[in-house]
Amino acid sequence: MATRPPANERAAPHAERRLRYLLPVLVFAAAVIGWDLVVRLGSIPPYILPGPSLVMQTLADDWGVLSASLMVTLKTTALALIAATVGGVLLAILFASSRLVELSLFPFAVILQVTPVIAIAPLLLVYLAPDTAVLVCAWIVAFFPILSNTALGLASVDHHLRDLFALYGAGRMKTLFLLGIPAALPFFLGGLRIAGGLALIGAVVAEIAAGSAGRGSGLAYRIVESGYRLNVPRMFAALLLISLAGIAIFAVLTLLQHLALRRWHESALAEEM
Amino acid sequence: MSAASSARENKSSASSTGGPLAAFRKVGKSFQNGVTALDGLDFTVRESEFLSLLGPSGCGKSTALRLIAGLAEPSEGDILWHGGAGPREIGFVFQEPTLMPWTTVAQNVRLPLRLKGIARRAAAPRVAEALALVGLGDFRDAYPRELSGGMKMRVSIARALVTRPRLLLMDEPFAALDEITRFKLNDDLRALWSTLQCTVVFVTHSVFESVYLSTRILMMTPRPGRIAAEFTIETPEPRDAHFRTSPEYGAECRKISAALARVMGED
Ligand SMILES: Nc1ncnc2c1ncn2[C@@H]1O[C@H](COP(=O)(O)OP(=O)(O)OP(=O)(O)O)[C@@H](O)[C@H]1O
Ligand SMILES: [Mg+2]
Repeated sequence: MATRPPANERAAPHAERRLRYLLPVLVFAAAVIGWDLVVRLGSIPPYILPGPSLVMQTLADDWGVLSASLMVTLKTTALALIAATVGGVLLAILFASSRLVELSLFPFAVILQVTPVIAIAPLLLVYLAPDTAVLVCAWIVAFFPILSNTALGLASVDHHLRDLFALYGAGRMKTLFLLGIPAALPFFLGGLRIAGGLALIGAVVAEIAAGSAGRGSGLAYRIVESGYRLNVPRMFAALLLISLAGIAIFAVLTLLQHLALRRWHESALAEEM
Repeated sequence: MSAASSARENKSSASSTGGPLAAFRKVGKSFQNGVTALDGLDFTVRESEFLSLLGPSGCGKSTALRLIAGLAEPSEGDILWHGGAGPREIGFVFQEPTLMPWTTVAQNVRLPLRLKGIARRAAAPRVAEALALVGLGDFRDAYPRELSGGMKMRVSIARALVTRPRLLLMDEPFAALDEITRFKLNDDLRALWSTLQCTVVFVTHSVFESVYLSTRILMMTPRPGRIAAEFTIETPEPRDAHFRTSPEYGAECRKISAALARVMGED
């Protein structure tokens, strides 16, 4: 009748959870301290390698320029992600409802995915305004994981449930909304989480490609521009912001996934205990 | 077929069963991959009976149920419906509970009504009634993952009953459950059947289960499936746990096991 596990077994997950946060923080702190020591003891000049305190100082001093650039990059990423979600989900639904459409279009989605976006960007910059070209690049890389995951989700609906819907005479729309979409949701959210990071990468890559065209003002453009001026501390500060933006996007999408699935999905079960 | 006709028992049907409800007339079913699952399947489902289809794995039992439900079309022959019945008045219980994991027990049970366009308010009492029938009134707001295997199967049965079907099709519904749970669900299903007076077609490969539950058993041959033998279980109602240990039950099981061995040996 021992329904409760022994004390040491129950304590283990807690200890592990604490370690999961503690260890990365410790490693990070050690790296920053090491970085600082290398710069100080080696008397390395800031235009070669700025110390962590100088990077933070630059971040504060240049906050006006950098925060404006951060907003530009974040906006591009968000717009690309929204467009990729709308396009990817609609196309996946179209694929699921017509094998013909899937056969005709899927190869092109793959081609778009496997061609490196850095190679497409210069061409897009020829034909489109820089802002639009950057947005399209970010969209291209974010689109595919959403499309392929959602299509996979729609295709993996339990066939007995399909039979059940057929038995009660459900039409296409009811089957899609009551069965297909909820069943595909975990797949879609997994794709969205990947797409969020990719959209940021796409935006940064395209900004760098567009950089010399002059008009860009996102964070990646700041890195290129500061590089020309040998303003290395600012390069580091902009890089730091890009990383933070990536982490924030990942965290938000993970939270979204957790909130949407925690009531019912098996993937959320372990976390609840 | 010689053994089949000799084993056939042409006793009059139990008093609780009525006229024909649906009839298979020389039904054959082949698939695109060349497999012939059924060939010349010929039998009648009678109103209010508890009919078991008993046969070895792969003999086409599930296929036969899907044909009754209209989920597949026969390649040959016909399925005739009597007395204005039709495949729209069917409840189907699959081998797995096949619940929608993203929604609650009550929403799962409401699904058939929702698909038939019945408003939430009109559906609510019927959902409550169906859940009460299977003894899950307290679990309406639970999610499927919070239930045990047996409870999930009860939800699946409630979902099939919520439309008050004339014909309940069950495809090895208890095969994946442990014996204790299976016995309990057998008893409950038997009680439900007497209360609701609906017709049940129950697929199983367990001789013991079919004898315990059925008023009539149709034994099928290995693929391609045909009817090999028919048995009527004359035990008076209501059946209870005593039946399971009675000599009568043992005798029926022995007789049908022997017939099954003969059918399996033939091919
Ligand atoms: N959609 C299908 N396409 C091709 N072959 C099929 C299909 N469905 C069933 N079959 C074949 O038809 C035969 C009968 O299958 P069925 O599922 O009806 O058997 P069963 O009696 O229910 O078996 P079990 O007791 O194992 O569930 C099997 O050989 C199976 O491989
Ligand atoms: Mg089967």
